[in-house]
Amino acid sequence: MTPKFKAQAGTFESSDIMVLIEPVAEGSGRQVDISSTVMLQFEEDLKTCINQVLDVMEIENVHLIAKDKGALTPTIKARVETAVKRSLGIQEGTL
Amino acid sequence: MKNALGVEIPEYIDGLGELQPYQGVWNSVLKGDVASQTVPTVLKAQKAHVSKMCDSLEDAIKKSQPFDGMTVSCHHHLRGGDGVLMQAIAILDKMGIKDITLASSSLTSAHDGLVPYVESGMITRIFSSGIRGRLGEIISMGKLKHPAVIHSHGGRVRDIMSGRIKPDLALLAASAADEEGNATGAHGPSAFGSMGYADIDARYAKTVVVVTDNLVEYPCVPPSVRQHFVDYVVTVDSIGDASKIASGTTRITSSPMDLRIARIAATVIEHSGLFKNGMSFQVGAGGASLAVAKFLREDMKRKSIQGSFMIGGVTSYGVDMLEEGLFKAIFDVQSFDAAVSTSVLNNPQHIEITCDQYANPNNCGAMTNKLDVVVLGALEVDVDFNVNVITGSSGEIRGASGGHSDTASGANLSVVVCPSFRGRLPIIMDRVHTVVTPGESVDVIVTERGVCVNPSKPNLAAALKKAGVNVVDIRDLKKEVDSMTGIPAEKKLGDKIVALVEYRDGTIIDVIKNVTNLE
Amino acid sequence: MAKKKRRSMLYIPGNNPAMIQQAGVYGCDAVLLDLEDAVALNQKDAARILVRSMLETVNFYDTEVCVRVNNLQTPFGLADLEEIVPMQPDNIRFPKTESVQDVKDFMKEVRRIEKEHGITDPKMTIHVMIETAKGVANVYEIAACEPRIDAITIGGQDLTADMGIVKTPDGAGIDYARKRIVMAGKANNLDVLDTVFADVNDDEGLKEETEYIKKLGFAGKALINPRQVDPVHEVFNPSENEIRKAYRVYSEFYKNTKAGIGVFAIDGKMIDAPVVQRAVTVLEYANIDIKDIEKSLD
Repeated sequence: MTPKFKAQAGTFESSDIMVLIEPVAEGSGRQVDISSTVMLQFEEDLKTCINQVLDVMEIENVHLIAKDKGALTPTIKARVETAVKRSLGIQEGTL
Repeated sequence: MKNALGVEIPEYIDGLGELQPYQGVWNSVLKGDVASQTVPTVLKAQKAHVSKMCDSLEDAIKKSQPFDGMTVSCHHHLRGGDGVLMQAIAILDKMGIKDITLASSSLTSAHDGLVPYVESGMITRIFSSGIRGRLGEIISMGKLKHPAVIHSHGGRVRDIMSGRIKPDLALLAASAADEEGNATGAHGPSAFGSMGYADIDARYAKTVVVVTDNLVEYPCVPPSVRQHFVDYVVTVDSIGDASKIASGTTRITSSPMDLRIARIAATVIEHSGLFKNGMSFQVGAGGASLAVAKFLREDMKRKSIQGSFMIGGVTSYGVDMLEEGLFKAIFDVQSFDAAVSTSVLNNPQHIEITCDQYANPNNCGAMTNKLDVVVLGALEVDVDFNVNVITGSSGEIRGASGGHSDTASGANLSVVVCPSFRGRLPIIMDRVHTVVTPGESVDVIVTERGVCVNPSKPNLAAALKKAGVNVVDIRDLKKEVDSMTGIPAEKKLGDKIVALVEYRDGTIIDVIKNVTNLE
Repeated sequence: MAKKKRRSMLYIPGNNPAMIQQAGVYGCDAVLLDLEDAVALNQKDAARILVRSMLETVNFYDTEVCVRVNNLQTPFGLADLEEIVPMQPDNIRFPKTESVQDVKDFMKEVRRIEKEHGITDPKMTIHVMIETAKGVANVYEIAACEPRIDAITIGGQDLTADMGIVKTPDGAGIDYARKRIVMAGKANNLDVLDTVFADVNDDEGLKEETEYIKKLGFAGKALINPRQVDPVHEVFNPSENEIRKAYRVYSEFYKNTKAGIGVFAIDGKMIDAPVVQRAVTVLEYANIDIKDIEKSLD
């Protein structure tokens, strides 16, 4: 599936992660940009976790920007899932 | 050579000389090698009625006859508001003095301005109990010529007495002083309370300069620093930012997690066997550590317990407990807020003490050795109960040893309070990045997810379990926390030693290597 | 097995990861992960997904976990159930329950979702929340209509709003509702749980209100800040004197029962079954296992 709308989920609070999704043209692939307060410790882990959710949701073409404030795995997964669902127009939410 | 914790310690470091490896908490004392290196204090004969007053700080510094390779010392009672040290370094730099050893009892956020002087090579050695901010980062990157030496508060006194640190010029800021150099922090517009760290500098420095923005009529009372040690007195417009030196009163945290940890810690103390009349107590000044005082205060009232004394780092919260009669006296080496200064000045049960009396491992009456309970913080702890309070999650220097290892070694019960993880960073490691306080002297680690008792104290563990405290094995807790946070990536470190961590007896307990991914 | 204590039930906003991941360590008996009033309308989807994700992995230790979903009349209620019911938290709290039909509609969806997910022996219980005048009027029927209900709770803020009155510190406006709901709960052997106390800085006021609702028969109270846990526990926990007395009553009861004596006296007062039952309850709140007492006497 390919995201249709700009969408975001999460907050800038501590232990949360803000995920922004920008639709891209079909066939342009995934671009995941991450910044984090624990970048030096968990960059790889963040990438893996975000990509896992995108894999499960079968999102191949997307630009995803994540600003992390030390979120734990279940939070990261939830925020990515929410942002993707919003960008697909499956769920209403903040834009 | 390896020390008792298995850390490889170089036998010799250029610019710092030979090193002794740490051998255990009480090894030096047991072996008796404590007093052999003590150096004499300086003799300073002077004719009668000679004025000590100088025209300016520059004038005072010139009179001390500064030279390349000198050691400049100062105290950190002005904390983040210090305006004296930076002025002095700028003057010395203007005079072209190089290769300076800086020996401050600690360095704070007020000292980021030292960075260019370290980078230019004007300052080449630093002795301090704490290094923070940008200064800590550039030292971690390897930009200080010789490794910084991190000592404890008590260790600094021993360092000066033993000649490890030989102050040539001591700049002692005071919120009130007279023309002879009697000086105090207990009153004046920039009052900061106890002046406990300055005493050792006054006694041992070749030239002692009292710096004040509040020259009072002779005599200045109370004379925390006394005139017979002081060479010069100088008035400046300001010794610093009063609002950052001491502000109002210290507030107890409102963080639910810190309060929860503190509540558990107070319960641990209550059931430790030490919670009884005559108990002595020390607590930190912030976060969960100070909050323990709140719960202990309630518990003491509920059970009608009267303690003996408090020491430390004193906050207005401690003063309140003194005034309520929960303790009979406070021994104050360092005061944290404005309300404390008033108490130091007016309450005879609030006694200003020197750092020598507070924590020097080589005297026969350190207060820390008479302590029942201390509550301490941690940046990291490990499964062997070692504590790191100096390096951060990237391995960078960003904290303070302070009195951590002094009080932990002396207290009958040393309690470390910390969350099990902070912003996704797990706090319990297999081995802390830097050992400041050895696990041998740490009895209990209190987290929100369980209380870990040092295996050397099985009776304590049994008593706490019986009281319903959630006692857990530290290795199990580590596993649980790791499963929540994930395992952080390895730190990016080089081979260069950028700092040495000195245990309170002067042996080297750990070394800090340079961090390669800092910018 | 001793009945679970529900002295304190802490509301945690469903869209707040920092608080949810720590929910098990605040020392309260239960947490209420809230998808309803504590979540902004445009974040309902995010909270629902977050709570589900947290339920999958977070260790809540022995803290009871309840999720408050939105009412089925809202656009969010059904989606909440679809997401949360498969996770089988300890209980689901159903807000603004007004009638037996409300419960039936709600349970129909719960059972359908459980069936779809192959949950054949669901342990999840239901908390109904009474927060309208109509709900108070129907509470006896509501309390009796569904065996999976194991607690009723009163929502003071919404109830006063529904009644068109102001909630006062003395609780005058909801006093009748409190008592009626307690009686409906007791008649059906359900825990009855009280509404929140809004001023987190007023420990004394909180304790006073808790003393009062304890006397009425409430099993516990909903909280909005972890700092309220200790004051509430203090009220519900028996005093040392009460514990001593209960210990003695139970010891005598056990000895006499073993000796085949039914009714006995302590200090000239007859000890009958209700007195023993009260002693057992006190010992439970004091974390004393009556089996340990029995062992010490054998």
